[in-house]
This record gives sequence, structure tokens and C-alpha cells, in this order.
Amino acid sequence: MRWIKYAWSALVVALLAAQLVLAQPAPPAPQARFVVVLDAAHGGEDTGGRLANGQFEKSFTLAMSVRLRSLLAARGIQVVTTRDSDAAVDPVKRAEIANHAQAQACLSLHASESGSGIYLFTSSLTPAATTRFPAWKTAQAASVTRSLKLAGVLNSALLQAGMSVTLGRTSLPALDSMTCPVVAVEIAPEQNANHQTTAGLDDKDYQARVAAALAATLVEWRTEVRQP
Amino acid sequence: MIPRHQKILFALLLVASLAMGAALWHLRQRAHQRLLAGQDSAPTSAPAVAPAEQATLLMANDSDGSILPQLHSLPLPADAGARARAVLGKLLDLYAAPDAAHPVPGGASSVLQVFLLPAPELAGAVPATGKPRIADSRNVVILSRESRANSPGAASQNAPQTGPLLAVVNLTGSFAASHPSGIETEMLTVLSICGTLRANLPRVTQVRFLVDGQQRATLAGHADLTRTYLTGDAVPSNEAHP
Repeated sequence: MRWIKYAWSALVVALLAAQLVLAQPAPPAPQARFVVVLDAAHGGEDTGGRLANGQFEKSFTLAMSVRLRSLLAARGIQVVTTRDSDAAVDPVKRAEIANHAQAQACLSLHASESGSGIYLFTSSLTPAATTRFPAWKTAQAASVTRSLKLAGVLNSALLQAGMSVTLGRTSLPALDSMTCPVVAVEIAPEQNANHQTTAGLDDKDYQARVAAALAATLVEWRTEVRQP
Repeated sequence: MIPRHQKILFALLLVASLAMGAALWHLRQRAHQRLLAGQDSAPTSAPAVAPAEQATLLMANDSDGSILPQLHSLPLPADAGARARAVLGKLLDLYAAPDAAHPVPGGASSVLQVFLLPAPELAGAVPATGKPRIADSRNVVILSRESRANSPGAASQNAPQTGPLLAVVNLTGSFAASHPSGIETEMLTVLSICGTLRANLPRVTQVRFLVDGQQRATLAGHADLTRTYLTGDAVPSNEAHP
């Protein structure tokens, strides 16, 4: 019977095709996007502190933000910044930008002539459970634990880069309203044990080392975030 | 010819005029004596100062980010509000000294007033954290718990006799304007003020800040001055005065 032959052939072809399809490896699951928010503190009329070389804190933080954004972009990390120019951005707007970005890490960049080394501050809010509608001024409470973890990773990386690091908790208006893991990074001149400045804030090499250490940390943080 | 009744009237008026002149002279003399007596009652020596007492000042240090208690002897008034102003004045005087470890210009005159009010309930406020700062091993752990509270309301310098107190510290605008900018340095100032108040006035559990009588967003661009700072963990218990 001819039609039985055709049917049999069609069945064999279908089985072979099915086998070929099943033998192909499954396409990789799409990885969750990794976004970093860089918040250059101050801007516009809010100059921040005046640094030793006469530069304002707002200019230093913007320059550091631009440098860090380049380093992160080169590593394939998507970066959102709260400002790209000398513009005034109020704390509410900064937090809005960070929250809309749904970032996995946020860094608020500051600079000061007082103290030495790098200061890492996390919100002083008490960790709280995630709620569907968190209060604006305490939105960070649900992410404080992750912020502390991020600060720990930053601490390790900066110490490995040979910098002195001080960890602390603080209360900054923008920080407390962000829902991402956020750390305020305050960069101060590098000093030796005798409190003599070995690298000022205008030292390009010092800036580059800090930026490189921060970028390396965020790459490491991306790996941690993506681990199941 | 002058009638008799006119003579009598003239004599009476003359006597009355002389009597009134004498009375006026007497009153003038009395007023003069009173003025002289007033000058005599003016103080010729300085009023007696309050007796010197030991006060614990929590001194910040920029080099290691620590806040350490130090004992100082200074005259302290009996009134709690004046006492609080005196200890904060001393603290800021030390910060204004040329060799200060936490240099902040301004000095004692930077504290305009310290108002002491009954501490408002913090029900519904954000839970506070008492986590210590993590710094090097020399650090004394200190970070006040912070939270939010309602507006302090009308201020009074007469502190209530019992119960926890809210201290409202009114600083000068020049102090805020000249304060070094930075998260670390501003937080050290705020926390050392909170800790010093707690160490010398144990009933002060909350502290709020005003600048020239107005609420201000930050001290010098960083430390949040819009909220209430809790002093509960600011001072080790053995450092606090009874």
C-alpha cells in the first residue's frame, strides 16, 4: 500500500526533526540587567565644600562620576547618573532617578578636605522588611542590609588597593529615600601615620586609584548579585 | 485806698507762693537724694559666678573619626537651659582653638539658645539604629540613634521637672556657614553636641537643631538637621553624670 509507505516515511522524518530540535542546547536564560547609579553630590548653587586647591566639591564629584562612568561602561555595566553637568539637583530628584533606574548599586560621591582616606557611609535607618508602598523618607530601610553588604565589598576592595577606609552610618536626605543598595563615598586626602598628606584630592593618580577600585568593586558586586 | 479784704487775700497768696516754693525746693532735694542713693546702689563688684563643676565634653577628632569624653571644670549655672548652653559653649570654644583636633570656627557665641522641652512621643516614628561606627580600634563607639519626631512646638527655657527632655539647640548662621563641609566632619559635630548634652543632662534624650531660629536642611551641605537625633546610645553609661 503506497499511502502507508508515505505515512511511515513522514513519521520517520518528523521523529528525526524532533530529535534534532531537542538535541539543540536550550538558549541561555536572559540575565537580569545590572544598573549602577552614580550620584555626584551637590551642583549648581550648592557648591558643597571648598577643597584645598580652590575647587568646589561639586566639581570634584562630577569629575569623579564621569571618570567612574567611563570605567564601568568599559566593563559593560549600564550606568545612570543623577547629573552630568553643573546643575542643581535636589535630594528628592536624586532619589527619584535612582529608584526609577531600579539599580542594583548606587554610589553617592562626596569629597572633603577633613579626615583622611575613604569614608563609606550607609544609612542609619534600621533594616526593615520590604513593603509594597514604603514611606518616602525611609525607603532605604528595606535595603539597608544590602547596602551594608555593598559597603563591606567596597571596604575590602579599597583596603586591597592600599587605602585607609572608615565605615560609618549617617543620615543624608537622598540616601534614606533610595530603594537600591546605596553607599555614600566621601573621598578625603590620603595621609600617612603621621597625619601628613601623601596624596591630595587634586592628585590625578589618587583619583584614578580610587575610581579603579570602585569600578572593580562594582564588577565584583555584579557577580555577587547574579549568583543564585 | 486798698480794701482790707484785698490785703488779706494778697497776704494769703504770698504765703501760699512761698509755701509752694519751699515745697518745690524740698521735692527737688529729695529727688536729688534719691538719684544719689541710686548711684550708690549700683554694683561696684562683679556678681558672684556659678561654682565650677566637672563637665563631660565629648570631643571629636577628625584624624581618626573618634569622639572621646573629656572632663573639664567650668562654672555651670543651676538653670538647666543655661547649663546646656554653657557646656556647648565650652565644647565649641575648644573646637575653635587653633590646635583643635576637630577645627570648627565660631566658639561659644555660636550657641544662641538651648531650649529644653518635654520630649515628644516617638510613636510611629522610624525605628532608630544604634549601630556603632566601624572604625579603627582606638575609636570610641558613638553614633546617636536617629529618628523623626513632631515639631517641638512652643519653646520654653524652663525645663520640666521630670521626664525625658528634647533639647532644641539654636545655632548661629555664621557657625553653619563657616563649618567645614563633609559628611564625616558634620556628623562628628552633631554627634558630639548630642553626646555632650546627654552626658551633662541625662534627661535629654532627643536633640533638634535650628539655625538662627529657623529649620535648616543641613549643617554645611551634608548632616541632616531636619530630624530629631536620639542621644540614647551617644554616651557610655559610666560616663554620664548622675
